[in-house]
Amino acid sequence: MAHEMIAASNAIVTLDVALPGIVWGWIITMNMWAKSIGTGIIFLAFYLLKKHPEQTGFIRFPVVAISIVFIHIFLFFTVIDLHQMFRFWHIFFYPHLTSAITIGAWMATGFVGMLLGMAYAIYMKKDEALYDKLLNYTVLLAVPVTLYTAGLMAQSTARELWQMPTESAQMILAALLAGSAMMILLGGNKFSDAVKKDLAIVLGLAAAASFILYMAELIFGPMKAEEVAAVLHYVKGGEYTIMFWIGQVMAFLLPMTLVCLSLKNQSYYLLKIAAVSALVGLWVSKHVWLVIPQLLPMS
Amino acid sequence: MQLGFLVDLRLCMGCKGCEIACKVENEVPLSTWRLRVKYVDVGAFPETKRTFTPLRCNHCANAPCERICPVSALHYLENGIVNIDKERCIGCAGCVMACPYGAIYIDPQTQTADKCTYCAHRVASSMMPSCVVACPVEANIFGDLDDPMSSISKYIQSHQGNVQVRKVEKGTDPHHFYVGGGNVTLNPLASVREEGHNLFNNITHLPVGGHH
Repeated sequence: MAHEMIAASNAIVTLDVALPGIVWGWIITMNMWAKSIGTGIIFLAFYLLKKHPEQTGFIRFPVVAISIVFIHIFLFFTVIDLHQMFRFWHIFFYPHLTSAITIGAWMATGFVGMLLGMAYAIYMKKDEALYDKLLNYTVLLAVPVTLYTAGLMAQSTARELWQMPTESAQMILAALLAGSAMMILLGGNKFSDAVKKDLAIVLGLAAAASFILYMAELIFGPMKAEEVAAVLHYVKGGEYTIMFWIGQVMAFLLPMTLVCLSLKNQSYYLLKIAAVSALVGLWVSKHVWLVIPQLLPMS
Repeated sequence: MQLGFLVDLRLCMGCKGCEIACKVENEVPLSTWRLRVKYVDVGAFPETKRTFTPLRCNHCANAPCERICPVSALHYLENGIVNIDKERCIGCAGCVMACPYGAIYIDPQTQTADKCTYCAHRVASSMMPSCVVACPVEANIFGDLDDPMSSISKYIQSHQGNVQVRKVEKGTDPHHFYVGGGNVTLNPLASVREEGHNLFNNITHLPVGGHH
């Protein structure tokens, strides 16, 4: 519609201030990517310890260690993105509860506390029962920690592309993708074939569902809003087209293919390649989706 | 009391007096603006027309910036102004991302969010915002929307059918109105924005907060 309007009026901005640059850039991409791994591996650990407790007991400590590392990477990038990072404590002392940022900060703090409790249980007390009990609560907290970024994107009213239903699905799928990929890399050949198959299926299905959502946005998004159509031009022949498709191939298409091949050939090696590709591609696809709505002039 | 703003675009001549007055009054740093006037040229030579649109914070009743702010640095005053507490702001830029009008920026000196406050400090002293005072053609009209006898209420009543707000579909309920506006002036997607046609010819994008 905008295209036709411009053709009819030949309206050109002839004097204005320069547009603001990217507000949320690669630091926020790192934030989302690290969080996907930090919570995703907890989801997968919960599943594996319930379904295959005897074959996956050894993951307890490495899982909590990886989650702690990646959640702290997420927190680090969250804080350094603040223009006044030393006022971070304001979130806890002047909380505004309508903000997804506040909710996310509180939830992430609780999540870190639970992770430290799990680490204490398995490393200091060697108490697997306590670890598993804490994991039940940690996995519940992992859900809002995963989803709050979708809420934040949805609250970014200016950016029409980000809608809560699709973004929340994308966040959960990203966590499952990253979590299963990291678990595949963590387990080496220690996992039984049944566990490997389960991980492959989770990775493949998460990649497939994510890809379907992106394609649905790409095709049907422009039909709903003029702004979405304008934003998607950046990945439909625009300056982010190549990067978008690199992300889609590496995060979703290649892992899907390799998962199918690995299941057919019983090849764990292919599964590891799929896992690495998914983790790298996830960063790229997240970054493109984060940046493109910010390229559009708001006024 | 609900303070509001109205700009009669038929009167505005693009002198940018309001822009400068705002800069001076609020000590707005270089490379940032609380209020700016955008020029859009329409038509093809010789049938051309230049339009001028002053753009500032809309002081929405349902402000996305206020909602997303994690520390209530953005807050409502009793008179409806969406104000900002720069001492509390943590510079997360959530408000910059949320504002559909692109009205919020990160102040490169304080590294906190900032925007038009309708000159809340002047209003508190019963003075008009500096942009209103500076306008040579009285295109800026400011007052209490709840008072049917205020100049802004009367102006809206006498121009019913020709009063617009920006991006009504966002549901922000803005308290900033335009008379004589149209798609070209109020919809940023309705005009082409070619690189180089801005105040700083070679600068097409400004760094947020002076870095990043």
